[in-house]
Amino acid sequence: MKDFATLLDRLVLTPSRNQKLALMVDYFLRTPDPERGYALAAITRDLDVTSVKPALLRALVAERMDEELFRLSYDYVGDLAETIALVWDAEQRTANKNGLSPQDGQTGAAPSTPPPSLTEVVETLNRLGKADAMRQLTVWLDLLDASGRYALLKLATGGMRIGVSARLAKLALANFGARHIDVDIIEIEELWHGLDLPYVDLFQWLSGQADKPSHRAAAPFRPVMLANPLNDGDMRKLEAGHYAAEWKWDGIRVQVTSEAGVRRLYSRTGDDIGRAFPDLLASMDFEGSLDGELLVGRPADDGALAIGSFSDLQQRLNRKTVSKKLLQSHPVMVRCYDLLALGDTNLRGEPFEERREQLEAFVPQLDPTRFDLSPLLPFDTWDDLAEARKNVPHPVIEGVMIKRWDSAYVPGRPKGPWFKWKKDPMIIDAVLMYAQRGHGKRSSYYSDYTFGTWTDEGTLVPVGKAYFGFTDEELKQLDKFVRDHTVDRFGPVRSVKATMDFGLVLEIAFEGIQRSPRHKSGVAMRFPRVSRLRWDKPTREADRLSTLVALIDSQTV
Amino acid sequence: MRYEDLLHPTPKGLYCPVGDFYIDPVQPVERALITHGHADHARAGHDTVWATRQTLDIMAIRYGEDHCRSAQPVRWRELFGLNGVSIGFWPAGHVLGSAQVLVDFDGVRIVASGDYKRRADPSCEPFEPVPCDVFITEATFALPVFRHPESSGEIRKLIDSVRQFPDSAHLVGVYALGKAQRLIRLLRQEGHNGTIYIHGALKKLCDYYESEGIHLGPLAPATVDGGKKGDFAGAIVLGPPSAFTDKWGRRFPDPITCFASGWMQVRQRARQRGVELPLILSDHCDWDELLNTITEIAPKEVWVTHGRDDALVRWCTLNGIKARPLHLVGYEDEHE
Repeated sequence: MKDFATLLDRLVLTPSRNQKLALMVDYFLRTPDPERGYALAAITRDLDVTSVKPALLRALVAERMDEELFRLSYDYVGDLAETIALVWDAEQRTANKNGLSPQDGQTGAAPSTPPPSLTEVVETLNRLGKADAMRQLTVWLDLLDASGRYALLKLATGGMRIGVSARLAKLALANFGARHIDVDIIEIEELWHGLDLPYVDLFQWLSGQADKPSHRAAAPFRPVMLANPLNDGDMRKLEAGHYAAEWKWDGIRVQVTSEAGVRRLYSRTGDDIGRAFPDLLASMDFEGSLDGELLVGRPADDGALAIGSFSDLQQRLNRKTVSKKLLQSHPVMVRCYDLLALGDTNLRGEPFEERREQLEAFVPQLDPTRFDLSPLLPFDTWDDLAEARKNVPHPVIEGVMIKRWDSAYVPGRPKGPWFKWKKDPMIIDAVLMYAQRGHGKRSSYYSDYTFGTWTDEGTLVPVGKAYFGFTDEELKQLDKFVRDHTVDRFGPVRSVKATMDFGLVLEIAFEGIQRSPRHKSGVAMRFPRVSRLRWDKPTREADRLSTLVALIDSQTV
Repeated sequence: MRYEDLLHPTPKGLYCPVGDFYIDPVQPVERALITHGHADHARAGHDTVWATRQTLDIMAIRYGEDHCRSAQPVRWRELFGLNGVSIGFWPAGHVLGSAQVLVDFDGVRIVASGDYKRRADPSCEPFEPVPCDVFITEATFALPVFRHPESSGEIRKLIDSVRQFPDSAHLVGVYALGKAQRLIRLLRQEGHNGTIYIHGALKKLCDYYESEGIHLGPLAPATVDGGKKGDFAGAIVLGPPSAFTDKWGRRFPDPITCFASGWMQVRQRARQRGVELPLILSDHCDWDELLNTITEIAPKEVWVTHGRDDALVRWCTLNGIKARPLHLVGYEDEHE
């Protein structure tokens, strides 16, 4: 547990991606099976243990220590699990009247039982019921040090936040494996969903001590092909006739795979997100694997699917369970881009032109309320396409995709075959109204900004929040401005002086805008960021709310 | 006499009206007893200063020889009189030369411990308990959450990280007096024998420790002109924390920010400062040590100076020990 706890402490505080990778690889190299497998599962959030309610822990500590001392401690630390981890045996130690040990070390006899390993914790918790788990937890808390107690409590309460994506963990596995065998992340991603905790066969293979696990689950994840951004002028080097184009939809890129009775909906990083979309899973009565965009779509009068807004789609995201009502009001569908496998034929090696032909024949056989075809955009010259990009027919389109007709489906982001050409962002000038302190490295900076525009009555109404887009140097200037011109405070939020005659104008870039009854202003922006600090611009010349509302209408033409 | 009549807080610091002297005054006074050399306790501009020889040396290094009109070195455990009040200095275990001051008059004994710790520290004399009626304690880390782990484990974290990231420079923020030298000694104890690089602000005090027989091993300045970035790959670099967020810190390759402080016990503190590798290493008592010390000395009263006095007073009250906060101002929380 100690090494795992140390790894967690390091990962949480290390911002650099490469250093996170190095920490994980080092841990995998130095930790035996099955311990490292459980640690991996904890990082990728695939570890499910009997969970304990934080309130019960609170009660446990209350039995052990003075309520007032606990309150002072909790006030200071702010996190319940961390407070408990730190104060756990405080009363016991101070009850020890045997005097001092002048040595570097603590009073009290060393426990004769060694602290538990992560393996012991996971395997025991999974065996025990809730009441027994609670009892066992107190035994372990007595045996562990503060860092170990923190890891245990986060594990047992399900509150572990490590700041490592499942994909980064898989990349660490690939780096670990590359020290022994020839392997890359794509092989691991393909294998992932056929593996079981604690991944002993995976680690044995990556250590060069066993063959690649042969057990292939049905409906595996097929690592996704991604596009490079296209910059203005790039296309002059490209022959238009060699490329197809289609809209780039702003939903969730998914892989829809149904094979041998197994139905899976994967995100582009290979996470299985099917549980949140039972309506889609129910319609996946085919054999094959599709690449497409998950969107909210309702059948319209003409039989086509009317795509919902991004906020419609947001209603369906990050949910563990979905209500019947929501399934009806916000049905999801997939707009299909590509066909990766048909029956048991792998199509990824075929050229796009061939796959597209098969896709066009395949999609019409599927449930028309759940699957449709992403239409190709006819164009002869790049200017035609530029014109189309300027006049997108739907707000949920974020640009165009350009794909070489002869491109095979290659995992990763190969240079050349596919490009994404996003629309230009919309721009408004807004006035800084509130600022909030950021997190992590920014916790001493006011880095999250609420900005507003003018109503016809001449008051400011907040229209959005932005916390990126500026440089470190600009952040310092913004932070200073906020501190110098605070007019009120609400906890971590400061209200900043903003009148017709004084204030700071921020140029805000965003990807789209829509009506939102939830916001006072009635509008919601997508991806707003600060694109420029307009120190030069008087606040009275910032945009009006009516301008934003007009933008909503202009983009749906 | 009442204890308060012998020693009580004033805006200038703890004052003894009978002996007409102050302990660690925050403003210039006629007669000052100084517990140790940290800037918030030892200030320049007093007339006569009584302190241990090392504390006087340190004050001279920091403020110049003329930091006071008359410097009176005091020997460990030797009582001397000041306007009829008997005074003695005992080691406090905080930094080199740090002392607790015993004030003894008319059968009343008060110990002002200044800052102190109970951990083994290979860079200074260990704390010695002194029997007394009133024990004046600091409370920098007086919350049950502060439980400093063993120092050797914290040093191993740093050494492990140097192994894990051989191309990075580890920039360790330390206070120039005490923490720097202790960290270096601890690194040597754990087998790190290579050169340790130090910021210029640390040099004089490291030299002084060395001259006092506290061997620090090979040290080199981290400020070579014309050096290349790669020069510091795998290096441990010590400096005041502010230096690393300054332009000065940009010379180091793939730096990993470390900070050696008792505050690093609380994750959010580390996060707020952008510390990537917190080292929980303090020159103050943690909660257990404070309580154990009070229990061991068993004074009739505990007076609590700077820090988190509410929790410590609460604990004393729960345990039947008379305690009160002094609300002294002008002392910092372990120099953040």
